[in-house]
This record gives sequence, C-alpha cells and structure tokens, in this order.
Amino acid sequence: MAVEAEGNHAPEILTNLPGVGVGSGEALEPPPNTFITRAEDVIDYCVNYGRKYSLWPMPFATACCGIELMAVGASRFDIARFGAEVMRFSPRQCDLLIVAGRVVMKMLPVLQRIWLQMPEPKWCISMGACASTGGIFDTYAVVQGVDRFIPVDAYIPGCPPRPEQILRSILDLQGKIQRGGSLNGTALPEMVAYEKSLEAKRHALAAGKTTLERGDEERYGYRLPGGQAQIGGGESL
Amino acid sequence: MTATANRSDTIDKHAATLADLEKHFGSGVFTCSNFLDQTRIHVSADRAFEILARLKNSLGFSMLVELGGVDYLGYPQRSRPRYEIVYIVLNLDTTERLIVRATLADHPSPEIASVVPLWPGANWMEREVYDMYGIRFIGHPDLRRILMPEEFTAFPLRKDYPLRGRGERHNFTRIARSDS
Repeated sequence: MAVEAEGNHAPEILTNLPGVGVGSGEALEPPPNTFITRAEDVIDYCVNYGRKYSLWPMPFATACCGIELMAVGASRFDIARFGAEVMRFSPRQCDLLIVAGRVVMKMLPVLQRIWLQMPEPKWCISMGACASTGGIFDTYAVVQGVDRFIPVDAYIPGCPPRPEQILRSILDLQGKIQRGGSLNGTALPEMVAYEKSLEAKRHALAAGKTTLERGDEERYGYRLPGGQAQIGGGESL
Repeated sequence: MTATANRSDTIDKHAATLADLEKHFGSGVFTCSNFLDQTRIHVSADRAFEILARLKNSLGFSMLVELGGVDYLGYPQRSRPRYEIVYIVLNLDTTERLIVRATLADHPSPEIASVVPLWPGANWMEREVYDMYGIRFIGHPDLRRILMPEEFTAFPLRKDYPLRGRGERHNFTRIARSDS
C-alpha cells in the first residue's frame, strides 16, 4: 500500500479492484471491470452462474471421440465435478451440444435438426479434428467442419482429444457463459456480430447451386477427371 | 509344395465346372485366368447372366458370396473394358469357389442383367454398385441408392469423380445463432 501523506487518515479499502484501494478522500471512480453497475447485471450474473454450473450435454457422438467423451463421464475424470454430468439423449432436455466425431452430408440435416430442437439458451462444442475441420476425412461426403452449418462456441483439437481437453473446454465455455450471457441471450455481443459477418460472407460465396470449396484442393492429392492423383500440387493442376 | 503345384491343384479343382461351362456355352463366350490360386471367369456383360444361371441352377453354386464393382479408368496396361462387376460364388457342397468378372464398356449409364432372380441376396449389393458406379441392373426389383442421400446426383466411386466431390458436401443451409 502506498505511503500516504502525514495526517491524511483515509480509510484503507482492501480490494483487488483497480482504482479503489488507494483512498485519497476524493470521490472514487467506479471501477471499470466490475459487473455490479446495474440491477440487470446482477440478475445476469446470477443467471449465468446458474447456467454455467448446470450444463446438460447432448452427446452427438459419431466416432472415436465419443469413447473419450464416455471416459469424461466416468469416475477418473468425472465431468460431474463441473456440473455437466447430466447427459441426456433427447435434445429437448439439453443445452450443450457436443459434436464428437465426423459428420457426413447425410448426417448433417440430422445435426441441424437436433440443434434447432434444443431449447435456448444453448451452446455447442465441436470436439476433435473431424468435427472441427473434417480431419483426415477430406472426401466427397464428409463435412469439413460443423461450424459451417451450426454455431460453435468452443473447439477441441485432438484426434481424439484427451479427456482433460474436454474438461478444459467445459471450463472455457463456463467462462464464456459467465462473461457473455444475459437473461435473454447466450452469446457474447461481439460473437453475434462476428457470426453475422461470417454468415454474410458465406452467403456471398454460395454462388449458384453449390458453395465453393475451400480452394486448397491443390495442396494435397487431388484426382482430376481421368488423370492421376498428384501429391503436393503439380504444375499441371 | 511350390506355387506352381498350388495353381495346378486349383485348376484341377475347377476342371469339372469349367468343362461343363465350355461344353454348354462353347468357346469364345468366356475366358479363364488364375491369380493367387483363384480362378476367374471373364465374360462380357450381356452373357454374364447365362453363365451365372448355369452355375447356380446346374452346377450347385448356391451362394453368392460377394458382388462388387470396379472402375478401371486409367488403369495401366488395361485391355478389357472400363467397368467390371465381380461375382464370387460358392458351392456349399464342394466348397468350390469361383470368381466371375463381367466387363462393361465405358458408357454414361452401363447396364447389366440383375442376378436378384438367382440369388435374392444380391439385392442390396447391386444397389450399392449402382449407388457408387451408376451401373444399372436390369430386372432389379428396387434399384435405388442405398448409401448416398437420394438427392445425390453423381456416382462417387467412378474414377473421373473428384475425390473431394463437387461441393455436394457443403450444399446445405447455414444455421446462425440468430436463426436458432
């Protein structure tokens, strides 16, 4: 604590908030980072606190990531320590969609339907390389990342991820819920704006009947009509 | 025992069957070859059903083990036509196992007679071949796609179909947070 001038016996306030601790007798500025500035914020804080410690996951497990997801539910890692152990297999009862595994084009409408069936507020974790990017399955039927078609709040890398990574993503999501949620909304305001811009970009890309691919077909082996597959992108591509 | 001895054993095992086919159909309808102790009968698509019917009805090959398709587009040193349908048939009494390979010429919609009248188990296998290669089985009771979605228009296992598709995998609407 800073040494005050002689004779100035301002009360010393013990807090970690910036700008509050040094009493100088003047009117204190309201600290910038506190959440308790409005009554609605108090309500939002309490609501978010309740939401983040009572996530009900909907396991959309289509591949080996689902096995790791089961391990998280078991006693060694125990997702119940973070309040997310109540796995329900009906989307009507869930608020956290965990997409664990690859999603093919025949499965994607099902996934979208499940997402739409989940009641608000809801969040989504894209677990593993396949759900996030398609992984090694860069073929005609496998969707290259579910975030192209449904909103995703947290991504987990790995093939498959360690159970600790899933717990980490739950913790991250809890932080996101605490920061960004409100009584009526689920996402951070900047995330809403970002999603809107992303959506505009994707709709601009979708010219004609099919959306464009990512444009990196030449980076890996790509079989042209009638030709040989090439590794590393030949000049003739 | 040498590899040559093995091969001659295999030929001997199928000698009676092949002699019957030769006698019944005459020469020029099919040819035989051996690979890894397996005897294969090569036949064109329009005569394949007769051969298979003879095998099933007269020679005791009561089980169709496998039915699959191959696209040999761009295959090195390939002299036969582009597509092949591979039938593996098994005689359950003698455990004699034969491979019949029917060749189909390059065509946007190749056609071959269905063997569902002979082996009802060929139903889904022929549907899968149709789904992947677009080969139409004439006489099939229910020739629909079996693996790919019904709105899919291409035949993905043809060699002139790009590995990553033509954008079908991303031809879906996007659901944003504001929509749901």
